[in-house]
Amino acid sequence: MKLQSRHLLGLEGMSKDELTLILDTAVSFREILDRPIKKVPPLQGKTVVNLFFESSTRTRISFELAERRLSADVVSFTAAASSVSKGETLKDTARNIEAMKIDMVVVRHAAPGSAHFLSKVVDANVINAGDGGHEHPTQGLLDMYTLREKFGALEGLRVCIVGDITHSRVARSNIYGLLTMGAEVSVCGPETLIPRELEKFGVQVYHHLEEVIPKVDALNVLRVQLERQKSGLFPSLREYHRFFGVTKEKVSRAPKPITIMHPGPINRDVELSADLADSEHSVILQQVTNGVAIRMAVLYLLGTTN
Amino acid sequence: MTTSKIIDSAGFKRTVNRLAHEVVENHKGVENLVIVGIRTRGEFLARRLATTIGEIEGSSVPVGILDITMYRDDLRGRLDQPQLKSTEILFDITGKVLILVDDVLFTGRTIRAALNAIMDIGRPSLIELMVLIDRGHREIPIKADFVGKNVPTSPRQEIKVKMREVDDDDAVYLVNLDETSKEEKR
Repeated sequence: MKLQSRHLLGLEGMSKDELTLILDTAVSFREILDRPIKKVPPLQGKTVVNLFFESSTRTRISFELAERRLSADVVSFTAAASSVSKGETLKDTARNIEAMKIDMVVVRHAAPGSAHFLSKVVDANVINAGDGGHEHPTQGLLDMYTLREKFGALEGLRVCIVGDITHSRVARSNIYGLLTMGAEVSVCGPETLIPRELEKFGVQVYHHLEEVIPKVDALNVLRVQLERQKSGLFPSLREYHRFFGVTKEKVSRAPKPITIMHPGPINRDVELSADLADSEHSVILQQVTNGVAIRMAVLYLLGTTN
Repeated sequence: MTTSKIIDSAGFKRTVNRLAHEVVENHKGVENLVIVGIRTRGEFLARRLATTIGEIEGSSVPVGILDITMYRDDLRGRLDQPQLKSTEILFDITGKVLILVDDVLFTGRTIRAALNAIMDIGRPSLIELMVLIDRGHREIPIKADFVGKNVPTSPRQEIKVKMREVDDDDAVYLVNLDETSKEEKR
Protein backbone atom coordinates (compact mmCIF):
# COMPACT_ATOMS: atom_id res chain seq x y z
CA MET A 1 0.00 0.00 0.00
CA LYS A 2 1.31 3.41 -0.90
CA LEU A 3 -0.03 6.82 -1.82
CA GLN A 4 -1.18 7.22 -5.42
CA SER A 5 0.26 10.70 -5.90
CA ARG A 6 3.77 12.08 -5.38
CA HIS A 7 2.16 15.18 -3.90
CA LEU A 8 -0.34 15.97 -1.18
CA LEU A 9 -2.51 18.68 -2.71
CA GLY A 10 -5.88 17.98 -1.10
CA LEU A 11 -8.02 15.29 0.48
CA GLU A 12 -10.56 15.46 -2.35
CA GLY A 13 -10.30 12.29 -4.37
CA MET A 14 -8.06 10.41 -1.93
CA SER A 15 -9.25 6.90 -1.15
CA LYS A 16 -10.16 5.52 2.25
CA ASP A 17 -7.11 3.25 2.05
CA GLU A 18 -4.77 6.17 1.42
CA LEU A 19 -6.22 8.23 4.27
CA THR A 20 -6.00 5.21 6.55
CA LEU A 21 -2.36 4.66 5.56
CA ILE A 22 -1.50 8.23 6.55
CA LEU A 23 -3.42 8.02 9.84
CA ASP A 24 -1.84 4.65 10.72
CA THR A 25 1.65 5.87 9.83
CA ALA A 26 1.11 8.91 12.06
CA VAL A 27 0.53 6.61 15.04
CA SER A 28 4.17 5.50 14.82
CA PHE A 29 5.35 9.09 14.70
CA ARG A 30 3.08 10.14 17.56
CA GLU A 31 4.99 7.68 19.77
CA ILE A 32 8.32 9.29 18.81
CA LEU A 33 7.09 12.68 20.07
CA ASP A 34 6.92 11.27 23.60
CA ARG A 35 10.53 10.10 23.57
CA PRO A 36 13.41 11.99 25.14
CA ILE A 37 15.16 12.03 21.76
CA LYS A 38 12.53 13.08 19.23
CA LYS A 39 14.52 12.45 16.10
CA VAL A 40 14.59 9.64 13.53
CA PRO A 41 16.62 9.33 10.33
CA PRO A 42 14.36 8.50 7.33
CA LEU A 43 14.71 11.83 5.49
CA GLN A 44 18.45 12.17 6.05
CA GLY A 45 19.98 13.96 3.08
CA LYS A 46 16.64 15.30 1.80
CA THR A 47 16.09 19.04 1.58
CA VAL A 48 12.67 20.52 2.26
CA VAL A 49 11.73 24.11 1.51
CA ASN A 50 8.83 25.73 3.31
CA LEU A 51 7.36 28.36 1.00
CA PHE A 52 5.00 30.47 3.09
CA PHE A 53 3.45 33.27 1.05
CA GLU A 54 0.83 33.79 3.75
CA SER A 55 1.34 34.31 7.47
CA SER A 56 1.17 31.26 9.70
CA THR A 57 2.59 30.35 13.08
CA ARG A 58 1.24 26.94 13.96
CA THR A 59 1.36 25.28 10.58
CA ARG A 60 4.84 26.54 9.78
CA ILE A 61 6.36 25.59 13.10
CA SER A 62 4.58 22.24 12.92
CA PHE A 63 5.97 21.49 9.45
CA GLU A 64 9.46 22.64 10.42
CA LEU A 65 9.49 20.46 13.52
CA ALA A 66 8.17 17.51 11.54
CA GLU A 67 10.87 17.95 8.89
CA ARG A 68 13.68 18.32 11.42
CA ARG A 69 12.50 15.36 13.45
CA LEU A 70 12.78 13.24 10.31
CA SER A 71 16.37 14.52 9.89
CA ALA A 72 15.67 16.51 6.71
CA ASP A 73 17.54 19.71 5.92
CA VAL A 74 15.09 22.58 6.13
CA VAL A 75 14.95 26.00 4.55
CA SER A 76 12.07 28.31 5.37
CA PHE A 77 10.88 31.20 3.37
CA THR A 78 8.42 33.96 4.21
CA ALA A 79 7.00 36.21 1.55
CA ALA A 80 7.59 39.45 3.41
CA ALA A 81 11.38 39.02 3.48
CA SER A 82 11.81 37.79 -0.09
CA SER A 83 11.89 38.71 -3.74
CA VAL A 84 8.10 38.31 -3.87
CA SER A 85 8.00 41.88 -2.60
CA LYS A 86 10.08 42.73 -5.69
CA GLY A 87 7.39 41.29 -7.95
CA GLU A 88 8.72 37.80 -8.71
CA THR A 89 6.05 35.30 -9.77
CA LEU A 90 5.25 32.11 -7.87
CA LYS A 91 6.56 30.02 -10.74
CA ASP A 92 9.87 31.87 -10.92
CA THR A 93 10.34 31.80 -7.16
CA ALA A 94 9.69 28.05 -7.06
CA ARG A 95 11.84 27.18 -10.07
CA ASN A 96 14.74 29.24 -8.76
CA ILE A 97 14.57 27.54 -5.40
CA GLU A 98 14.34 24.17 -7.12
CA ALA A 99 17.45 24.98 -9.14
CA MET A 100 19.24 24.86 -5.78
CA LYS A 101 18.52 21.07 -5.72
CA ILE A 102 15.74 20.55 -3.25
CA ASP A 103 13.54 17.48 -2.81
CA MET A 104 10.27 18.64 -1.29
CA VAL A 105 8.26 21.86 -1.15
CA VAL A 106 5.67 22.77 1.46
CA VAL A 107 3.57 25.66 0.19
CA ARG A 108 1.08 28.05 1.75
CA HIS A 109 -0.43 30.63 -0.58
CA ALA A 110 -3.51 32.85 -0.71
CA ALA A 111 -4.48 31.66 -4.20
CA PRO A 112 -6.65 28.52 -4.47
CA GLY A 113 -4.93 26.00 -6.72
CA SER A 114 -1.43 27.36 -6.10
CA ALA A 115 -0.20 23.98 -4.81
CA HIS A 116 -1.59 22.21 -7.90
CA PHE A 117 0.10 24.77 -10.08
CA LEU A 118 3.44 24.32 -8.31
CA SER A 119 3.25 20.54 -8.63
CA LYS A 120 3.15 20.99 -12.41
CA VAL A 121 6.14 23.33 -12.68
CA VAL A 122 8.60 21.71 -10.25
CA ASP A 123 9.97 18.16 -9.94
CA ALA A 124 9.95 18.17 -6.13
CA ASN A 125 7.17 16.59 -4.05
CA VAL A 126 4.65 19.31 -3.23
CA ILE A 127 2.69 19.44 0.02
CA ASN A 128 -0.20 21.87 0.28
CA ALA A 129 -0.10 23.76 3.59
CA GLY A 130 -3.20 25.81 2.69
CA ASP A 131 -4.14 27.33 -0.66
CA GLY A 132 -6.59 30.17 -0.20
CA GLY A 133 -10.11 28.95 0.47
CA HIS A 134 -9.48 25.61 -1.24
CA GLU A 135 -7.87 22.96 0.95
CA HIS A 136 -5.63 22.47 3.96
CA PRO A 137 -5.11 18.71 3.79
CA THR A 138 -2.75 18.24 6.76
CA GLN A 139 -5.22 20.11 8.98
CA GLY A 140 -8.04 17.84 7.80
CA LEU A 141 -5.84 14.81 8.50
CA LEU A 142 -4.83 15.95 11.97
CA ASP A 143 -8.46 16.64 12.84
CA MET A 144 -9.37 13.12 11.69
CA TYR A 145 -6.43 11.68 13.61
CA THR A 146 -7.53 13.48 16.78
CA LEU A 147 -11.11 12.26 16.37
CA ARG A 148 -9.98 8.70 15.69
CA GLU A 149 -7.69 8.81 18.73
CA LYS A 150 -10.55 10.02 20.90
CA PHE A 151 -13.39 7.86 19.56
CA GLY A 152 -11.52 4.84 18.17
CA ALA A 153 -13.05 5.04 14.68
CA LEU A 154 -14.39 7.60 12.22
CA GLU A 155 -17.07 5.42 10.69
CA GLY A 156 -20.47 6.70 11.79
CA LEU A 157 -18.97 9.46 13.93
CA ARG A 158 -21.13 12.62 13.91
CA VAL A 159 -19.08 15.76 13.39
CA CYS A 160 -20.37 19.28 12.90
CA ILE A 161 -18.20 22.07 11.52
CA VAL A 162 -19.27 25.44 12.86
CA GLY A 163 -18.60 28.82 11.31
CA ASP A 164 -17.64 30.32 7.97
CA ILE A 165 -17.75 27.28 5.70
CA THR A 166 -17.62 29.17 2.40
CA HIS A 167 -14.18 30.66 2.94
CA SER A 168 -12.70 27.79 4.93
CA ARG A 169 -10.06 25.45 3.53
CA VAL A 170 -10.12 23.63 6.87
CA ALA A 171 -13.83 22.91 6.41
CA ARG A 172 -13.30 21.67 2.85
CA SER A 173 -10.51 19.28 3.76
CA ASN A 174 -12.46 18.00 6.75
CA ILE A 175 -15.60 17.44 4.69
CA TYR A 176 -13.78 15.50 1.94
CA GLY A 177 -11.76 13.43 4.39
CA LEU A 178 -14.48 12.67 6.91
CA LEU A 179 -17.05 11.72 4.26
CA THR A 180 -14.55 9.33 2.65
CA MET A 181 -13.90 7.74 6.05
CA GLY A 182 -17.62 7.19 6.57
CA ALA A 183 -18.35 9.87 9.17
CA GLU A 184 -21.62 11.84 9.28
CA VAL A 185 -20.72 15.43 8.56
CA SER A 186 -22.84 18.50 9.18
CA VAL A 187 -22.12 22.21 9.10
CA CYS A 188 -23.64 25.08 11.03
CA GLY A 189 -23.30 28.80 10.38
CA PRO A 190 -25.00 31.95 9.08
CA GLU A 191 -26.67 31.51 5.68
CA THR A 192 -24.25 34.03 4.19
CA LEU A 193 -21.29 31.84 5.10
CA ILE A 194 -22.48 28.44 3.91
CA PRO A 195 -22.12 27.48 0.23
CA ARG A 196 -25.32 26.66 -1.60
CA GLU A 197 -26.11 23.08 -2.44
CA LEU A 198 -23.65 21.71 0.09
CA GLU A 199 -26.28 19.06 0.85
CA LYS A 200 -25.51 17.46 -2.51
CA PHE A 201 -22.17 16.30 -1.07
CA GLY A 202 -24.03 14.47 1.67
CA VAL A 203 -23.47 17.17 4.29
CA GLN A 204 -26.37 18.26 6.50
CA VAL A 205 -26.74 22.03 6.84
CA TYR A 206 -27.94 23.78 10.01
CA HIS A 207 -28.34 27.42 10.88
CA HIS A 208 -29.05 27.00 14.59
CA LEU A 209 -26.54 25.52 17.01
CA GLU A 210 -29.36 24.47 19.37
CA GLU A 211 -30.67 22.21 16.64
CA VAL A 212 -27.41 20.42 15.83
CA ILE A 213 -25.81 20.15 19.28
CA PRO A 214 -27.97 17.22 20.48
CA LYS A 215 -27.10 15.28 17.31
CA VAL A 216 -23.28 15.30 17.29
CA ASP A 217 -20.24 13.74 18.97
CA ALA A 218 -17.81 16.54 18.12
CA LEU A 219 -17.86 20.17 17.08
CA ASN A 220 -15.06 21.54 14.94
CA VAL A 221 -15.28 25.28 15.57
CA LEU A 222 -13.74 27.44 12.86
CA ARG A 223 -12.07 30.75 13.46
CA VAL A 224 -14.07 33.83 12.55
CA GLN A 225 -11.97 35.64 10.03
CA LEU A 226 -12.37 39.15 11.31
CA GLU A 227 -11.92 40.63 7.84
CA ARG A 228 -15.18 38.94 6.71
CA GLN A 229 -17.19 41.25 8.90
CA LYS A 230 -16.05 44.22 6.86
CA SER A 231 -17.49 42.63 3.71
CA GLY A 232 -20.89 42.57 5.41
CA LEU A 233 -21.34 38.81 5.65
CA PHE A 234 -22.34 39.09 9.30
CA PRO A 235 -23.31 42.20 11.23
CA SER A 236 -21.11 42.16 14.33
CA LEU A 237 -18.87 39.90 16.40
CA ARG A 238 -21.29 40.26 19.31
CA GLU A 239 -24.13 39.04 17.21
CA TYR A 240 -22.04 36.22 15.77
CA HIS A 241 -21.11 35.12 19.27
CA ARG A 242 -24.71 35.19 20.36
CA PHE A 243 -25.95 32.93 17.57
CA PHE A 244 -22.94 30.86 16.53
CA GLY A 245 -20.52 31.19 19.44
CA VAL A 246 -20.05 27.76 21.03
CA THR A 247 -20.42 28.14 24.80
CA LYS A 248 -20.58 25.85 27.81
CA GLU A 249 -24.20 26.76 28.26
CA LYS A 250 -25.15 25.76 24.70
CA VAL A 251 -23.28 22.43 24.70
CA SER A 252 -24.64 21.56 28.14
CA ARG A 253 -27.94 20.75 26.41
CA ALA A 254 -26.38 17.77 24.68
CA PRO A 255 -27.23 14.33 26.10
CA LYS A 256 -23.52 13.53 26.50
CA PRO A 257 -20.34 15.64 26.51
CA ILE A 258 -19.32 16.95 23.09
CA THR A 259 -15.68 17.00 22.02
CA ILE A 260 -14.52 20.48 21.04
CA MET A 261 -11.97 21.08 18.27
CA HIS A 262 -10.56 24.29 16.83
CA PRO A 263 -7.86 24.70 14.19
CA GLY A 264 -6.51 27.86 15.86
CA PRO A 265 -5.82 30.66 16.35
CA ILE A 266 -8.85 31.11 18.65
CA ASN A 267 -10.76 34.35 19.00
CA ARG A 268 -11.70 33.70 22.61
CA ASP A 269 -15.32 34.41 23.42
CA VAL A 270 -16.16 35.03 19.77
CA GLU A 271 -16.57 31.66 18.05
CA LEU A 272 -15.68 29.68 21.17
CA SER A 273 -16.02 30.59 24.83
CA ALA A 274 -12.76 30.62 26.78
CA ASP A 275 -14.01 28.26 29.52
CA LEU A 276 -14.99 25.66 26.90
CA ALA A 277 -11.71 26.00 25.01
CA ASP A 278 -9.87 25.18 28.24
CA SER A 279 -12.28 22.49 29.40
CA GLU A 280 -11.65 18.75 29.69
CA HIS A 281 -13.72 18.13 26.55
CA SER A 282 -11.50 20.33 24.42
CA VAL A 283 -8.87 18.49 22.33
CA ILE A 284 -7.39 21.66 20.85
CA LEU A 285 -3.89 21.10 22.19
CA GLN A 286 -3.96 17.42 21.23
CA GLN A 287 -4.74 18.63 17.71
CA VAL A 288 -1.54 20.67 17.75
CA THR A 289 0.59 17.76 18.97
CA ASN A 290 -1.02 15.35 16.52
CA GLY A 291 -0.36 17.88 13.75
CA VAL A 292 3.37 17.26 14.03
CA ALA A 293 2.85 13.47 13.84
CA ILE A 294 0.55 13.79 10.82
CA ARG A 295 3.03 16.02 8.98
CA MET A 296 5.85 13.60 9.78
CA ALA A 297 3.73 10.80 8.33
CA VAL A 298 2.99 12.72 5.12
CA LEU A 299 6.61 13.81 4.67
CA TYR A 300 7.80 10.27 5.35
CA LEU A 301 5.36 8.62 2.94
CA LEU A 302 6.07 11.07 0.12
CA GLY A 303 9.79 11.39 0.78
CA THR A 304 10.62 7.69 0.88
CA THR A 305 8.54 6.55 -2.10
CA ASN A 306 10.30 6.18 -5.42
CA MET B 1 12.14 -24.86 -5.14
CA THR B 2 12.66 -27.45 -2.39
CA THR B 3 11.94 -27.02 1.27
CA SER B 4 13.18 -28.97 4.29
CA LYS B 5 12.14 -28.60 7.91
CA ILE B 6 15.20 -28.08 10.10
CA ILE B 7 13.43 -27.38 13.39
CA ASP B 8 10.00 -28.77 14.30
CA SER B 9 7.64 -27.50 16.94
CA ALA B 10 9.13 -29.61 19.78
CA GLY B 11 12.65 -28.56 18.76
CA PHE B 12 11.51 -24.94 18.65
CA LYS B 13 10.36 -25.14 22.25
CA ARG B 14 13.58 -26.82 23.41
CA THR B 15 15.67 -24.16 21.66
CA VAL B 16 13.77 -21.28 23.27
CA ASN B 17 14.12 -23.06 26.65
CA ARG B 18 17.84 -23.42 26.24
CA LEU B 19 18.28 -19.79 25.16
CA ALA B 20 16.30 -18.65 28.21
CA HIS B 21 18.51 -20.72 30.51
CA GLU B 22 21.65 -19.37 28.86
CA VAL B 23 20.57 -15.78 29.45
CA VAL B 24 19.72 -16.43 33.09
CA GLU B 25 22.99 -18.32 33.66
CA ASN B 26 25.13 -15.65 31.97
CA HIS B 27 23.57 -12.81 33.92
CA LYS B 28 23.16 -14.75 37.18
CA GLY B 29 19.48 -13.84 37.30
CA VAL B 30 17.21 -11.30 35.70
CA GLU B 31 17.95 -8.17 37.68
CA ASN B 32 18.18 -5.12 35.39
CA LEU B 33 17.34 -7.29 32.37
CA VAL B 34 15.02 -6.14 29.58
CA ILE B 35 14.15 -7.93 26.35
CA VAL B 36 13.47 -6.16 23.07
CA GLY B 37 12.25 -8.01 19.99
CA ILE B 38 12.51 -6.76 16.42
CA ARG B 39 9.21 -6.80 14.53
CA THR B 40 7.66 -9.14 13.46
CA ARG B 41 8.88 -12.53 14.64
CA GLY B 42 11.53 -11.14 16.95
CA GLU B 43 8.66 -9.73 18.97
CA PHE B 44 7.05 -13.13 19.47
CA LEU B 45 10.39 -14.75 20.26
CA ALA B 46 11.05 -12.02 22.82
CA ARG B 47 7.69 -12.64 24.49
CA ARG B 48 8.22 -16.40 24.65
CA LEU B 49 11.71 -15.91 26.00
CA ALA B 50 10.40 -13.57 28.69
CA THR B 51 7.68 -16.04 29.66
CA THR B 52 10.21 -18.88 29.92
CA ILE B 53 12.66 -16.76 31.91
CA GLY B 54 9.77 -15.77 34.18
CA GLU B 55 9.03 -19.44 34.82
CA ILE B 56 12.68 -20.22 35.57
CA GLU B 57 13.34 -17.27 37.85
CA GLY B 58 9.87 -16.55 39.19
CA SER B 59 10.06 -12.86 38.29
CA SER B 60 8.90 -11.02 35.21
CA VAL B 61 11.11 -9.34 32.62
CA PRO B 62 9.91 -6.26 30.66
CA VAL B 63 9.42 -6.87 26.93
CA GLY B 64 9.56 -4.17 24.25
CA ILE B 65 8.99 -4.18 20.51
CA LEU B 66 11.26 -2.38 18.08
CA ASP B 67 10.24 -1.31 14.57
CA ILE B 68 13.37 -0.60 12.56
CA THR B 69 11.73 0.52 9.29
CA MET B 70 12.87 4.13 9.58
CA TYR B 71 16.45 3.06 10.22
CA ARG B 72 16.78 0.75 7.22
CA ASP B 73 19.65 1.53 4.88
CA ASP B 74 17.53 0.53 1.86
CA LEU B 75 14.47 2.63 2.77
CA ARG B 76 14.64 4.75 -0.35
CA GLY B 77 15.98 2.20 -2.81
CA ARG B 78 12.96 -0.07 -2.63
CA LEU B 79 10.03 0.02 -4.98
CA ASP B 80 7.51 -1.09 -2.40
CA GLN B 81 7.29 1.06 0.68
CA PRO B 82 7.68 -0.96 3.86
CA GLN B 83 4.76 -0.56 6.27
CA LEU B 84 5.82 1.56 9.21
CA LYS B 85 4.72 0.20 12.59
CA SER B 86 5.15 1.48 16.10
CA THR B 87 8.03 0.93 18.46
CA GLU B 88 6.57 -0.05 21.82
CA ILE B 89 9.18 0.16 24.54
CA LEU B 90 7.20 1.38 27.50
CA PHE B 91 10.05 1.37 30.02
CA ASP B 92 13.34 3.19 30.42
CA ILE B 93 16.20 1.26 28.83
CA THR B 94 18.98 3.53 30.10
CA GLY B 95 21.36 1.64 32.37
CA LYS B 96 19.65 -1.69 31.62
CA VAL B 97 21.00 -4.95 30.23
CA LEU B 98 19.12 -5.22 26.95
CA ILE B 99 18.74 -8.50 25.10
CA LEU B 100 17.94 -7.74 21.47
CA VAL B 101 16.02 -10.58 19.83
CA ASP B 102 15.46 -11.44 16.17
CA ASP B 103 14.56 -14.60 14.30
CA VAL B 104 17.27 -14.80 11.62
CA LEU B 105 20.72 -13.22 11.53
CA PHE B 106 21.85 -12.81 7.90
CA THR B 107 23.67 -9.72 6.55
CA GLY B 108 23.61 -7.97 9.92
CA ARG B 109 22.01 -4.84 8.44
CA THR B 110 18.78 -5.21 10.41
CA ILE B 111 20.80 -5.41 13.62
CA ARG B 112 22.79 -2.31 12.66
CA ALA B 113 19.48 -0.48 12.15
CA ALA B 114 18.14 -1.82 15.45
CA LEU B 115 21.24 -0.66 17.35
CA ASN B 116 20.82 2.86 15.98
CA ALA B 117 17.13 2.83 16.85
CA ILE B 118 17.93 1.72 20.41
CA MET B 119 20.52 4.47 20.85
CA ASP B 120 17.85 7.03 19.91
CA ILE B 121 15.63 5.75 22.69
CA GLY B 122 18.16 5.47 25.51
CA ARG B 123 21.54 4.22 26.64
CA PRO B 124 21.55 0.64 27.91
CA SER B 125 24.61 -0.34 29.94
CA LEU B 126 24.94 -3.50 27.83
CA ILE B 127 23.29 -4.80 24.66
CA GLU B 128 23.44 -8.46 23.71
CA LEU B 129 22.09 -10.09 20.59
CA MET B 130 20.04 -13.26 20.52
CA VAL B 131 18.89 -14.94 17.31
CA LEU B 132 17.02 -18.14 16.64
CA ILE B 133 18.98 -18.88 13.44
CA ASP B 134 22.37 -17.62 12.31
CA ARG B 135 22.63 -18.31 8.58
CA GLY B 136 25.93 -16.55 7.91
CA HIS B 137 26.77 -14.15 5.03
CA ARG B 138 27.41 -11.11 7.19
CA GLU B 139 27.95 -7.81 5.33
CA ILE B 140 28.85 -5.78 8.41
CA PRO B 141 30.78 -6.79 11.54
CA ILE B 142 28.02 -8.05 13.83
CA LYS B 143 27.99 -11.19 15.94
CA ALA B 144 25.28 -12.80 18.04
CA ASP B 145 25.81 -13.58 21.75
CA PHE B 146 23.10 -16.26 21.91
CA VAL B 147 22.31 -18.47 18.92
CA GLY B 148 19.52 -21.02 18.71
CA LYS B 149 21.03 -22.86 15.75
CA ASN B 150 23.81 -22.15 13.30
CA VAL B 151 22.66 -23.04 9.79
CA PRO B 152 25.33 -22.68 7.10
CA THR B 153 23.51 -21.61 3.95
CA SER B 154 24.32 -20.69 0.40
CA PRO B 155 23.08 -17.39 -1.05
CA ARG B 156 20.59 -19.44 -3.09
CA GLN B 157 18.90 -20.63 0.06
CA GLU B 158 16.52 -18.94 2.39
CA ILE B 159 15.44 -19.49 5.98
CA LYS B 160 11.74 -19.35 6.79
CA VAL B 161 10.76 -19.09 10.43
CA LYS B 162 7.15 -19.86 11.25
CA MET B 163 5.59 -19.00 14.58
CA ARG B 164 2.18 -19.87 15.97
CA GLU B 165 1.36 -16.21 16.68
CA VAL B 166 1.20 -15.42 12.95
CA ASP B 167 1.60 -18.77 11.19
CA ASP B 168 -0.04 -22.16 11.66
CA ASP B 169 2.85 -23.79 13.54
CA ASP B 170 6.28 -23.31 15.11
CA ALA B 171 8.94 -24.44 12.65
CA VAL B 172 12.05 -23.43 10.76
CA TYR B 173 12.48 -24.31 7.08
CA LEU B 174 15.46 -24.23 4.77
CA VAL B 175 14.28 -23.24 1.29
CA ASN B 176 16.35 -23.85 -1.85
CA LEU B 177 15.51 -21.12 -4.34
CA ASP B 178 16.04 -21.52 -8.03
CA GLU B 179 18.07 -18.90 -9.91
CA THR B 180 15.17 -16.77 -11.14
CA SER B 181 13.35 -16.38 -7.86
CA LYS B 182 16.64 -15.46 -6.20
CA GLU B 183 17.06 -12.64 -8.69
CA GLU B 184 13.57 -11.43 -7.87
CA LYS B 185 14.41 -11.39 -4.19
CA ARG B 186 17.49 -9.27 -4.60
